This record gives sequence, structure tokens and C-alpha cells, in this order.
Amino acid sequence: MAIQKLLIANRGEIAVRIIRAAQELGIATVQVHSAADADSLAVKMADEAVNIGPPMASKSYLNIANILKAAADTGADAVHPGYGFLAENADFADAVEAAGLIWVGPKGSAIRVMGDKVAARVAAQSAGVPVVPGSDGRIDDPDQARALALKIGFPVMIKAAAGGGGRGIRIAQDIEEFDRLLPQASAEAKAAFGDGGLYMEKVIERARHIEVQILGDGTDVIHCFERECSLQRRRQKVWEEAPSAALPQAMREQLCASAVALAKAVQYRGAGTLEYLYDDASGAFYFIEMNTRIQVEHPVTEMITGIDLVREMLRIAGGQPLRYKQADVRLNGHAIEVRICAEDPAQGFKPGPGTISTLKVPGGPGVRFDTLLYQGYTVPPFYDSLLGKLIVWDETRAQAIARMARALGELEVGGLPTTKPLHQALARDAEVQAGQFHTRWLEPWLDQNADRLGEEA
Amino acid sequence: MSKQILSPLPGTFYSKPAPDQPAFKKVGDTVAVGDVIGLIEVMKSFHEVAADQAGTITAFIADDEEPVMAGQALIELA
Repeated sequence: MAIQKLLIANRGEIAVRIIRAAQELGIATVQVHSAADADSLAVKMADEAVNIGPPMASKSYLNIANILKAAADTGADAVHPGYGFLAENADFADAVEAAGLIWVGPKGSAIRVMGDKVAARVAAQSAGVPVVPGSDGRIDDPDQARALALKIGFPVMIKAAAGGGGRGIRIAQDIEEFDRLLPQASAEAKAAFGDGGLYMEKVIERARHIEVQILGDGTDVIHCFERECSLQRRRQKVWEEAPSAALPQAMREQLCASAVALAKAVQYRGAGTLEYLYDDASGAFYFIEMNTRIQVEHPVTEMITGIDLVREMLRIAGGQPLRYKQADVRLNGHAIEVRICAEDPAQGFKPGPGTISTLKVPGGPGVRFDTLLYQGYTVPPFYDSLLGKLIVWDETRAQAIARMARALGELEVGGLPTTKPLHQALARDAEVQAGQFHTRWLEPWLDQNADRLGEEA
Repeated sequence: MSKQILSPLPGTFYSKPAPDQPAFKKVGDTVAVGDVIGLIEVMKSFHEVAADQAGTITAFIADDEEPVMAGQALIELA
């Protein structure tokens, strides 16, 4: 049944993005918002808006009861969760469906499988997808852990099986360090999660982060090629591209085929992303996790394929089969996205909420700016610092970088600090231009280039 | 006139280091310059609020988890 009225259970630029897709399909929109977001662009653009609670996300954007009540009160028949907040909360997906509404995403059961590190790894292995060498599931026996560490080789990462968000992760460089860290990790896991079970994985050094976009309708699955997001700071992506500059065509085909096989194995419905580490020295790739939602960096895929991923999500959720066969999806040119955040790169990325005094948005061929900003808007301090994403497309990667530099030059956001100077410096960097980077490239680069990250006069 | 400690930043005020831990300070506690009296969360990053004056806490003006503006009073000292 096609969606008639969509509730957007998110905020910021992705809420704006979803409203745009809904409008193009003739779907009415309900924007839920916290008390701090009453003036947001998404609220202004949506047909209706409902206040669902105080500024703190746990009391508003994470408040399932209030969101479902807003859906009932407005007669919405579908919920799009965006990314972050409740987007990968299987209980929320189930609650939305139990309330008789359409959930724009995969079934709660698929979210549960892919959201569990161990279950996702098992699913990947049975679909024939390579995973990072490590424990096949949780390990409770220290002798067994020790034998496995020696077998997979150092450095080894030890994580809590019940953990998340980087908590309780330790890296051992050799067996002596491993013997010292293992009991600590187990004790900390027990204290933090009430479960001392551990999980071990080989650390892949100098790897690239490459991820494959897929779309499924519950039966068929297609891929929309890969993105590379190796430029990261504190595990947060900073600059994203499609396609990867490092991937030979034969490897691209293998990687994308593996993603389709895994998504098919869980009868995936909607848009999803399978994340891999890629070692360009050896040509090996390893599945790390699946994100069962739309991602921040989805526009670069849209730019190289011409497919509107958010619109397809709404069509699929409304019951339509995939409108594309794999052969219809063509990779054309090169796209780059940079995240414009309210942070000062010259001052250790200190966040700076504030009021937008001037806003000049870049234009011209191949340029797109997905943003939550408008002139005079006050960016609240309660949520993440993403203000917008500047995306460019061009025929080649070199031309796309030149176009990005040009578009960044046109972008003016006054009233608060932004990460624009960082992206300008990156666009000028010889290694970035050569595509020579890995997931641990950016942080030392930031230390060495701290003096080049101020706003240009 | 009573002294106040002001929030240096806009964001969410926390009087405890973590939800399951006791508050940094409570009413009646003495505060020395530099003591941490709370946290402000700004755009998902946490900043300690250090006392810029000494005294004894007579009242919390901002509650735990309350949204605050920069310059808003958090604590009153005598």
C-alpha cells in the first residue's frame, strides 16, 4: 500500500532530505521535533509538525511512545527514521509495525541480526563473505582466547561481546600485552555490561574504509557500487567519495557481489550499507558491519548512479518491487561529499553553536548542498554538529576535487565556526589528490597541519 | 550579595559525571577555585565546568539534565 502521510522521526539535514523525497512522491509529511527544534528548516518545510518533548534527545527523538502518539494524532501511516536516533532500533521498528504503520526500513528481525556483531559475522560467513580474522562468536575461556590470538596474529583487538560504541576495546601488540589486557577487558565488560564475554579480532593496519550501498525489496537485491570513507577523525567520517579511487574493477565486482549475497541472505528490504576494510597492499577485503538504514554519505552514490535512494526507500516501503535491475545501475563519473560541521578545526574541533548571520550557498554545475541552515537560524547546542553536506560530481576524480575546491570557495557560513577550512586544506593536499590514504591517515595529518586549518583571510 | 557560577557554554547541564554516579557537588559542600562542579554537553562533546570562585554551595539553580544558555547561573555560593 503506497504511503499517504509520512512521519519523519529525525531532525536536521536528513529530515529535510526525506521531506523533499516525500514531496516529489506526493506524500504528505509530519515532522516531529523537540522544543529546541521548533524553528528548524524541516519543521518549516513539513505539512505538519508535532512537538514530542524537551531538547534532550532521550526525552524527544528517542521517545518511542511520544513518536507513536504523534503518528496516531496526525493520522500518519508510515515512519522514516533517518539515521542515528532510533534508525537501528529493532524494538522501535517492531513497535511501528505493531501500531499498524509502515516502517521505512528493513524488518526488525533483519536489524537485530545485522546489529549484533557476532550474528552479523556468522551471517556473512555463511553467505561466503570474508570477515576479519577473529573469534567466531564470543569467547569465555582465557586459554582458548590465548591460542586464538597466537593463531590470527598481532595486533589483536579485544572487545566486549555485549559492548558497543568503542567502550571496552583494547589492542594488544604482542602475547605479553595480551596476557595483561585479557583479564582487564573481561572484568571491565563484566562491570559495564554484566557479561564478561569477549570477542577478538585481528587489527588490520593501514586499511581503507570501503562500503557498498545496496537496495532490496525483500526478494531481490541490487548494489549501487561503493563509497570510500577512509578520511576519518575519531572514527567519524569527514570526506567521502564514490567510487573508491583504490579499487580495481575486478575487485569492485567481487566486493559488490559479496554485499548483494549477504543482503539477499537476510531477505533485506530497503536501503542498507555493508562496510568493509580493504587492504590495498594485499587486495584483501573484510566485512565489518552492516548499517540497516540510509547513511549520511548517501548522496555521493546518488550522484554517480542517478538513483534517488531516499525516494526508492519510500517506494519500496510502500510495497513496490525494485524498479531497477542490476544492469540498469551504471557508474558514471566521480562524486565527493564533505561534512560541514559547526566545529573549529583550528581549535581542536571545538563545537560552536550559534546564529547564522550570513549564508552563501555554492552553485553551478555538479554541485549540491544538503543542509539544515537558513539565514537567521540559531543552531541549537543539543545535537550533533553537522550543518550540511557539500557534494560535487564531475567526470573524473581530479575534476571533482577541483570542483570541490571551487564550491568550498563559494560557501560562506557566518556566525559560527565551520570545518570548511579543513576541507579546503584537504582538497589542496597532494596525498588526497593522489588518493593515497587509509583510515589512520587523517589524525596525524591534522596534528602536522594544525596551522593551516584557520579561516582564510 | 551571593556569588554564582555561570555556564561557560550553551548546552545540557549535568551535575553528575555519569547517570549512575553521585553528583560532583551537593548543597552545603565547599567549593575551591578549579573544582569541577558539573558538565556541559555541547553538540555531543562534554566540557567540565570548573568553579571560578570559592565558597559554600547554597543552591543549584540548574537541575541535572537541564538545557542552559551560555552565561546562565548554574550554582549559587555563599
